[in-house]
Order: sequence, then structure tokens, then C-alpha cells
Amino acid sequence: MFENLDLTKLIFGRLTWDAIPFHDPIILGTFAVVAVGGIALLAALTRYKLWGYLWNEWFTTIDHKKIGIMYIILGLVMLLRGFADAIMMRLHQAMAFGDSTGYLPPHHYDQIFTAHGVIMIFFVAMPLVTGIMNYLIPLQIGTRDVAFPFLNNFSFWMTTGGAVLMMVSLFIGEFAKTGWLAYPPLSGILQSPGVGVDYYIWALQIAGVGTLLSGVNLLVTIVKMRAPGMSLMKMPVFTWTSLCTNVLIVAAFPVLTAVLAMLSMDRYLDTAFFTNDLGGNAMMYVNLIWIWGHPEVYILILPVFGIFSEIVATYSRKPLFGYTSMVYATVVITVLSYLVWLHHFFTMGSGASVNSFFGITTMIISIPTGAKIFNWLFTMFRGRIKFDVPMLWTVGFMVTFVIGGMTGVLLAVPPVDFVLHNSLFLIAHFHNVIIGGVLFGLFAGITYWFPKATGYKLDEFWGKMSFWFWLIGFYFAFMPLYVLGLMGVTRRVSHFEDQSLQIWFQIAALGAFLIAIGIAAFIIQLVVSFLRRESLQDETGDPWDGRTLEWSTSSPPPPYNFAFTPQVHDLDAWWQMKQHGFQRPESGFIPIHMPKGTWAGIVLSGISVVVGFALIWHMWLLAGVSFVALIGTAIYHTFDYDRDYYIPAEEVERIEAERTRKLANV
Amino acid sequence: MTLLATLLLSGCDTVVMSPSGDVALQQRDLLVWATVLMLLVIVPVIVLTLWFAWRYRETNTEATYKPEWTHSTVLELVIWSVPLMIIIALGAMTWVSTHKLDPYRPLDRIDAQTPVPVGLEPLTVEVVALDWKWLFIYPEQGIATVNELAAPVDHPIRFKITASTMMNSFFIPAMAGQIYAMAGMETKLHGVINEPGVYKGFSANYSGAGYSQMKFDFHGLSEADFDAWVAKAKASDNALDRETYLELEAPSIDDPVTFYGQVDPTLYHAIFNRCVAPGQTCMEDLMYHSGMGQHGGHHGEADTGHEGHGKHEGHAGHDQHGGHHD
Repeated sequence: MFENLDLTKLIFGRLTWDAIPFHDPIILGTFAVVAVGGIALLAALTRYKLWGYLWNEWFTTIDHKKIGIMYIILGLVMLLRGFADAIMMRLHQAMAFGDSTGYLPPHHYDQIFTAHGVIMIFFVAMPLVTGIMNYLIPLQIGTRDVAFPFLNNFSFWMTTGGAVLMMVSLFIGEFAKTGWLAYPPLSGILQSPGVGVDYYIWALQIAGVGTLLSGVNLLVTIVKMRAPGMSLMKMPVFTWTSLCTNVLIVAAFPVLTAVLAMLSMDRYLDTAFFTNDLGGNAMMYVNLIWIWGHPEVYILILPVFGIFSEIVATYSRKPLFGYTSMVYATVVITVLSYLVWLHHFFTMGSGASVNSFFGITTMIISIPTGAKIFNWLFTMFRGRIKFDVPMLWTVGFMVTFVIGGMTGVLLAVPPVDFVLHNSLFLIAHFHNVIIGGVLFGLFAGITYWFPKATGYKLDEFWGKMSFWFWLIGFYFAFMPLYVLGLMGVTRRVSHFEDQSLQIWFQIAALGAFLIAIGIAAFIIQLVVSFLRRESLQDETGDPWDGRTLEWSTSSPPPPYNFAFTPQVHDLDAWWQMKQHGFQRPESGFIPIHMPKGTWAGIVLSGISVVVGFALIWHMWLLAGVSFVALIGTAIYHTFDYDRDYYIPAEEVERIEAERTRKLANV
Repeated sequence: MTLLATLLLSGCDTVVMSPSGDVALQQRDLLVWATVLMLLVIVPVIVLTLWFAWRYRETNTEATYKPEWTHSTVLELVIWSVPLMIIIALGAMTWVSTHKLDPYRPLDRIDAQTPVPVGLEPLTVEVVALDWKWLFIYPEQGIATVNELAAPVDHPIRFKITASTMMNSFFIPAMAGQIYAMAGMETKLHGVINEPGVYKGFSANYSGAGYSQMKFDFHGLSEADFDAWVAKAKASDNALDRETYLELEAPSIDDPVTFYGQVDPTLYHAIFNRCVAPGQTCMEDLMYHSGMGQHGGHHGEADTGHEGHGKHEGHAGHDQHGGHHD
């Protein structure tokens, strides 16, 4: 076909037509759906002339609120992909018994469970958590934006860039078949010569840049930009847990970057960090990745603890019980989360004393976590609890999470772990805490702050439907996995002989379908609420009679958040302001200095995706050119001095007068 | 609740909850005790959560409402000290049991009533996780098998475990907990099976394409039946030398059970030191030549470990020669 094969190689690397999975009807079908949906979406955007709006108002924005919303949209879209993987696995395992091999060939099944884990952690849970932090932190601490607004936009687009590479792997080539942490030697070049692991590495490296920079940004924002009077011990609990989470991100993510860099050097440059031969040591990879991986668990759960703390206080109509001990509990968890990583591999042959040490440090974490549960419990005690949807999620969480906590402590006892490690008991445990904890909290948070972000509340009925299907679906999907774990069934198995196990997998599949209904109900809820937005409108800015500063602004807040920086005197600043008959200033506005939108974030991320794609496919020419372009663009952007503007006082006055008018109507 | 009850009942006759080996039995007991201990706090928390949620609902205006109550030193003491007490108890249990049930520690009892008789040497089995099958070498009997393991009941077994390439986990749930099998390293496991029967064994750590089929039957046999089993293996014409091993090592899935009547006695050591193929330098020699020999006080001692001293420092990190390179 081509005369000069070398030139083809130089340009296309190892990318050939074989990389497109024409032979796989499942992937081809998915591609057709995605393509038709995508084209329809693009056509609609063009038809309604929305490109300019999207570009100017969203893609290039440096407004932390819009970036937060974009993170949440990214997380929800990726949730659909991650969940599609989950339900495919559940269906396959419910079928693949005896003579039936199920409907997925092993090489496809192995990619699916890897992709499921990677997507759910890096591209669902992380963007949702980061999105909520991004949206709320500046509002809660009474400031106008994050410390580094451009960096915020750039971080979001880098995370999205990673997600894009992840999605590309579905249609061009393959994804890793290694499990979500890609342990060598399996992920090494000898055992996995294909592009799957390279997609894994570059998707995570690109997204990792975003996560790390966002961590730095939010950390500095909380430390440096709190409203006057807001000392550390007057910060809202959500801000506290976010502070600790961002400390964890800044300390942990470089380890992930380093370990993936070493893995890629093993794969690309023939180094021998984690190889079997030449002095490599795979155990070192496992240690390093869990030194990131365990704090990662707390990176996800701590902000959610903060969300529950805000919700339980608001809906119980009481301040949070034991604020101080809540803060100390959070800090203790932050520190201890670095001292437990070895519990992920007790079975790797460490000595009894080492195993005991890490087992006991793990158990110690349950003490502050238990204290938190009690604090929420005693916040409800002698309250007047309003069971709106966020509070339902909270109670569902408290009951579910303690079960997951208990099985977690069981796994922390090394001799018990020897019989349960890598079993479906473990899978049940971490889904119990990640769904029952992180996901329930995110749904609670999204429902709670939705009116703040959009100006209208979410529909109650569909919210309740979503909650109940998720809750019941969770128990049906994961309690059978505990039993299967006790039956000695391990994870990642694609075919079973023992027919007596099948019924449990079928129950679990039923649970997954209930969860699917829960997700559908959530989407319906978004649509129904949008259609009913007039009647669900929140004109007060404070629909739940909230306690923290974000509720003092309009819904949605103006671009500058606060016309005047609030003065904080107490914990629960907004509640105290309401108690003391706070009067909104209605005149005397001054121009507000604001950062300007920029093209640089999305462009740099786009070029990064090209670099990543070129490296994955060994297209060295493209990799070189796009890398130079990446650096060049970044340097060019530093010469862009037109980065700020003033919102004129008249404009502020107009926006504030509008709010005064709305408040008068209520 | 019915769901939970069904789960509890069905959980009881599972292999982890009713195992057939003394080590797994002790691990099961520990699991039960740890669960009971934690339920002391978990059950009240769940009950209180549901009760408070019901009792203090908005519509129940009869319930006390204290909108400013946020602190109670007594309650704070209770909520920190109750979990602390439980963790102290559990931590003590963990420390003791982790040492007692350390897989590297030779057994001191056959079952709860019977100590290991003086002079009874454990049966040694050298385990190699291949892609994707299990090779078992019986150095004392001079035989080897693929995908079938047997041992006499009530006789302690000492497994020495390594791998050809992938990281696997050697697991017979009915007998004892699992331990990883890793290339260039040796891990150890001690166990005993107390009832005759056929038990499932498999890899518990995902290792690629053939992982789901990487399983074997473990036969717990009477002494006489075990001798017959060994004789059957001995009668096989197959010989496992370095050449046949290299053929066997090539990746394959769902291999049939195979017996080898003869085994190269140096084979396991060569596999573990990654020098089976002609011309490869063994890792222990590589380490020696790299000038790391001065740390090699335990060099060459690694594969026997420190078992004889009743201590067990010879864990994977130490046994891993390659790690000392560079």
C-alpha cells in the first residue's frame, strides 16, 4: 500500500486499521450510539448558535462556579460510562457459569473491569468532589474566586483531557487489561506489549496534572483568602475537610505521577524499576502506588464528610454537635491516612510485626471516623429534622457506611485479610464505603447546593425515587458479594464452574439494575426540574435556611460572589448574621476587580491529549511536534498581560438592585 | 432485615466460615470475634440513627428541641472512648494473632487439641506460579505435578512459593490464608489440612489472560493414600528437567493435570533465582558480583529462612535478591 514504510511508521507509529475494533459488535454498537448522539449534539449546538456562548461563557471561563459546574457535568457523564461497564460485568458474571462462557470474551472483560475502576475513581469521584469544592470553597469563605483563577480553568481541562484519552481507548486500540492499579509485572512491556497500559498511563498523567494543580489552588485559596474574621476554627466544616483533602492531594499525587513515570520509563526506555529481571522490583511499585492510593481514599471521603456535616446541621435546625472534635477528627484522619498503605498487601509477605503495625494504625482511623458518626448522630438528637432528599441520603449513608466501616476494620486484621484479600468480600467492602459514603454524599451535596448553582430546586419526587432505588439497589448488588467472598470467590474472574454461586451473582445483577433505575431517576429529576424551574425557583438565595456564607448570596450568585467582602464573627457566619438582623448593603458599591477568561486552558489541554495520543501510538514525529507546541503555547500565554478587568460600580449596583427587588417579592 | 438474615445463614456454611484446616479455622474464629466486638458499637449506632431520625422528625412537635445545644463534655468523652476501648481490644487481638498466624511461622499444633509431635517434620512443597498453571515440586519425594496438589491429613505442610513471571496469590481457602507468589522472590506458607477431601485451590491475584482458569484441586489424603498418590506420580515417565520446564513455562491456559516421576533437584532454586535457561546468571550470584555481598550475611540462607530459630525474619523483602542490586 505504502511505498515508504518508514515514513508511515514515523507518522502513524503502530496505529493501523487493525486497531479499530470492527470485529467487536458491542464496541461497534457503542460507537454508533456515541457517534449519532455526538453528531446530534454538535448539530444542535450549531443550529441554536451556541458555540460562541459555550466558548465565551463556559470553556474559557475562570469563574470558579462555572468551572465547578463543568467538573460536575464531567463526573456525571463519566458516571454513565463507568456504570455501563459495571452493568456489563454484572450481566457477564451472572451468565458465565459451566458451559456458558458469558457474552464477553476474556480480553474484553479484563478491559472492562480495569476501565470501570479507573473511570469511577479518577473521572467520576474525583471530578465530582473537586467540582463541589471548586464551587463552594470561595463562597463559604467569603471570597470572589480561587487564588489562581487561570490555573483552575487549566486544571479542569487537563482532567477532561485525561477523560478524553480514556474514551478514545474504547474505539481506537484497547484499554489496559491489568486491573485499575496496573501492577507490574503484568503491566510491564513484556507482559502487556499493547497500547492499553499506555492509554492508562497517559490518561492518568494528564488528568493528574489537573488534580495536583487544583489541589495547590484550593489549598492556597483556603489558607490565604478567607474573609476577615474567619479564623481557622470559624471555618465551615466543609471548608475544613476540603483543606485537609487538598493537603492530601498535594502530598499524594506527586507519588502517583512519579510511580507512573517510572512505569512508563520501564515501558518506553527499557529501564528496570519494576521488572522481574535486571534488579527490578515489582513490590516497590505496589508500595508506591498505595502510598498514593490510600490517601486517595480519604481525598474522596473527607469532603463528603464535610458535605454531610453541613446537611445534617441545616436540616436538623441545630449547629453541628462537637465542631471542635469534628475538626480534630478530620486532621487526625489526614495524618493517619499516610500510615496505613501496607494494609493493601498484607499477603505480600511482610513480617508479622510490620503487618500488625499497619493493621493497628488502620483500626485507629476508625476512632476519629466513629467520632464523626456520633457527632452527626448527636446533631440529629433534639433537633427538628426535615427529611428533604439531602437528609435522606445522609441517614442512608450513616446506616450503610458503618457496615462498610466494620468490614473495613475486619480486613485490617492481617490473619483475617489472608482469607478475604482479593475476594469479593473486599469488593463489597470498598463499594460499601465508596457508594454508601462518597457517592451518597455527592448526591446529597448536589441536591443540597443545586438551587444555589442554578436558581431552582430539584424535584422532590424524582429525588426520592433516585435515593430509594440507589439505596435498595446497593444492598441487593453488594450484600451478595460479601457472601461470595466468604465462599472464597475472588475478584476479576470471568468464568465459574460452581453452579451454586450463580444465584448470588444473579441477585447482584438485579441490584445493579435497581441502581440503573436510580441513575435514570436522577437524570429524569434533572430534566423535570429544568422544565418546572419556574415553580421550583429560589429567589431568596437561602432556600433551606442555611448556616454558612454561600447562602447569603443570590441563587445563582453574581460573578463577583459578594459585592462587599463579608465580616465574619462566628462559626456558622450566615446564621449569626441572620440572628443579628443583618441588613444587605444596597448602595455605595465600588468597581470590582475580576480575572478575565482565557483560551489557554482548553488549548493546552487539547495539545496535551495529542502528545499523549502520539506517545501511546509511538508516533514520534507527532509527539515531538506537539510537545514543542505545548511548551511554546504555555510560554506564549505567559506574555498575555490582558488578564483582568473591572466590573463597573453601576453594573454591580444594577445586579444588586435586581436582587433587592427579588427579595422584596418573597 | 430478612435479606440480612438470609445472608447471615448462608454465610455460615461457606468455605471461609467452616474451613477444614487448623490455620483457616483460627482465622475464622478471629473474624467472628472481631465482628462481634465491633457489633457492640455498630448495632447501637444503627439503631440510634434510625431512632433519632424518627423521634426528632419535624412533624413530631412533642420531642424536645434544643436549637443551641452543641456540646457535651460527657458525651464527647463517651464517643471517643468507646471506639478507643474497642480498638485497644481489637489491636491487642491483632498483634497476638498476627504473630501467631504468621504464614512464615512453622506450626506448633495440628489442631486445637494436638500439638505437633516431636520429630514430625513438615512436608515441603515448592510452589511455582506459572502463566497460567500451578507447578508443585515435592523435593523430598522427588516428584512434581501441574495443577494438582496432595498432602496427608494432620501433617504440617511447608510451602515455599515463587513465580515465573506474573504476580499471583497462592490460596486454598479451606486450609489457610493466601500469600503472593512473585518472580525472583520467595514467600512461605505453613498450613495443615485436618479432614480428608478435595478442596479448591487457585490464584487469588489477577494475573492476566488465563487467570480465571488458574486453579487446582488440593487432595487431603490419609498417610496411606498419600503414599499411593506419590507412587502414582513416581510411576510417571515424565521427567521435569530444565528443558521441559522451559517448555512448561510458556504461557498456556487450562492445562491438564500432569505428573512428573523425576525432577531436577536444583530446578526450584534456579527458577527462584531466574537462571533456568542456559547462560543466565543466577540472581544470588548477580548480587554477589555487584559488590553487595557484604550485606549477604543471610545470602544463601534466604531460601531456608530463619525458621529453625522459631523467628521469621526471612520475609519476602529479604528473600528478594534482585532488590539489592544497584
